[in-house]
Amino acid sequence: MNPPAQPDPNVTVEVRNLHKSFRGDEVLKGISFDVGAGEIFAIMGPSGSGKSVLLRHIIGLEKPDQGEILIQGESICTPHIRDKFRMAMVFQSGALLTSLTVAENVGIYLTEHRLYPADEIARIVSEKLEAVGLKGEEERMPNELSGGMQKRVAIARALVMDPQLVLFDEPTSELDPLMAVAVGSEILKLNQRTHATTIVVTHDRSLVFGIARRVAMITDGEMLCVGTPDELQRNPDPRIQTFIHAEIPASLPEIQPR
Amino acid sequence: MFQNIGEILILFWRTFVALPLAWRQRRKVMDQLLDIGNGSLLMVCILALFIGGVLALQTGPVLVERGLSFVLGGMVGLSICKELAPVMLAILIAGRSGSAMSAEIGSMRVYEEIDALRTMNIDPVIYLVLPRMLAIALALPALVVFAIPVGWLGGALVSAFNSSIAVSFDAFFDDLRQVVEVGDVCNGLFKSFVFALAIGIISCHQGLITRGGPRGIGRSVTKAVVNSIVSILILDYFLTRFLIYVQK
Repeated sequence: MNPPAQPDPNVTVEVRNLHKSFRGDEVLKGISFDVGAGEIFAIMGPSGSGKSVLLRHIIGLEKPDQGEILIQGESICTPHIRDKFRMAMVFQSGALLTSLTVAENVGIYLTEHRLYPADEIARIVSEKLEAVGLKGEEERMPNELSGGMQKRVAIARALVMDPQLVLFDEPTSELDPLMAVAVGSEILKLNQRTHATTIVVTHDRSLVFGIARRVAMITDGEMLCVGTPDELQRNPDPRIQTFIHAEIPASLPEIQPR
Repeated sequence: MFQNIGEILILFWRTFVALPLAWRQRRKVMDQLLDIGNGSLLMVCILALFIGGVLALQTGPVLVERGLSFVLGGMVGLSICKELAPVMLAILIAGRSGSAMSAEIGSMRVYEEIDALRTMNIDPVIYLVLPRMLAIALALPALVVFAIPVGWLGGALVSAFNSSIAVSFDAFFDDLRQVVEVGDVCNGLFKSFVFALAIGIISCHQGLITRGGPRGIGRSVTKAVVNSIVSILILDYFLTRFLIYVQK
């Protein structure tokens, strides 16, 4: 395997007229946007709007039916593009390898690509786990960890790659508010430390308005708007306004017994 | 079906091409070897003992009735080493280890672990398929080496202690030694090696194409085992024809 890519600056991402259908059901309908180098870009939208599918296209796990995705000007479908750019993804479920310990999970990229000797890998793993507040958890198995801890292990695994582009799929879903804040600040810290281009897919409004420099709003596979969080809040589109201001009413209408 | 066969052949080729990287995966190969080999040894010995026994039980009285008891050892010996040990063990391993392979890889597929590997530029063929293929290709012939003498022993025990057969241990093994040659044992080992490759690649492929949660994993396991067993039986016919042709 190849060693990490050359110490390039962080990469730009261009999504051009992306279409994708699954069994005749069009999930993405001509999505286009650009993400600048080092930027934190959020993709927001209701559940089932195609956000995660879009993210899987950006990292190259799905092939588009039409359109293209360019990483620093090169198509994601180019062979060996992952040898050129270090791209990491933090999955919604964490996607930790359940048969490996926390330390093995975090160090798997370095171990499998034989980038450092074992003791150096152990040191890096320990350092990254400390960065996400999980020092001392090295020997635990993923199923012994809470959802929040698993997500932080997944973030540590991404950190180990020293990524130029990092994607987060619903990083705060299934987390309590305090843990969601902790994960949000981890993303910010990661961006400040590495200046990695960061794309976050979420329907968590507080996360978007807290960390994103720009936001894209997607509904039913269509791009409604791209802009700063302020621009999004001022956008008159009722679908956007309904989404960002949706609240559970203080008193629910009383249900009359039949 | 043809798409699956094509995918399986491509996966097999990709695994073959990855062979030079096998040394890096030695720890995983050892883990799998322990699981497939050590984990199945007792089961294999019990299976072989009873297959030898039942073969002697079914054929012994008929041969004795016709005054052919002196061929019993050779017949049981040949059947065990050329046919029954490799085929029955392959079926056992398809059920035990093939199902485990497809379930493990299938669950990794469903729970995005394989996607995570891909995003880290780790090839699932090298990381998951290669160690399993190597382990099963080494373990199954090794198990057959154990199963053959145990099967002979089963046949000899039944021949000696069943009153309707009553062929002594010595007579049984004398005939066996005259009839069975090293080439016959190698014949069985070669078959088991090919069966192992078939079980490994079918099970890994089925795991890699798993879709749709726990139900999908269940479906994959069933398909892996059924397809492996069908392939073993079809391959057995053609391998037997091939080996007869080669021995001529």
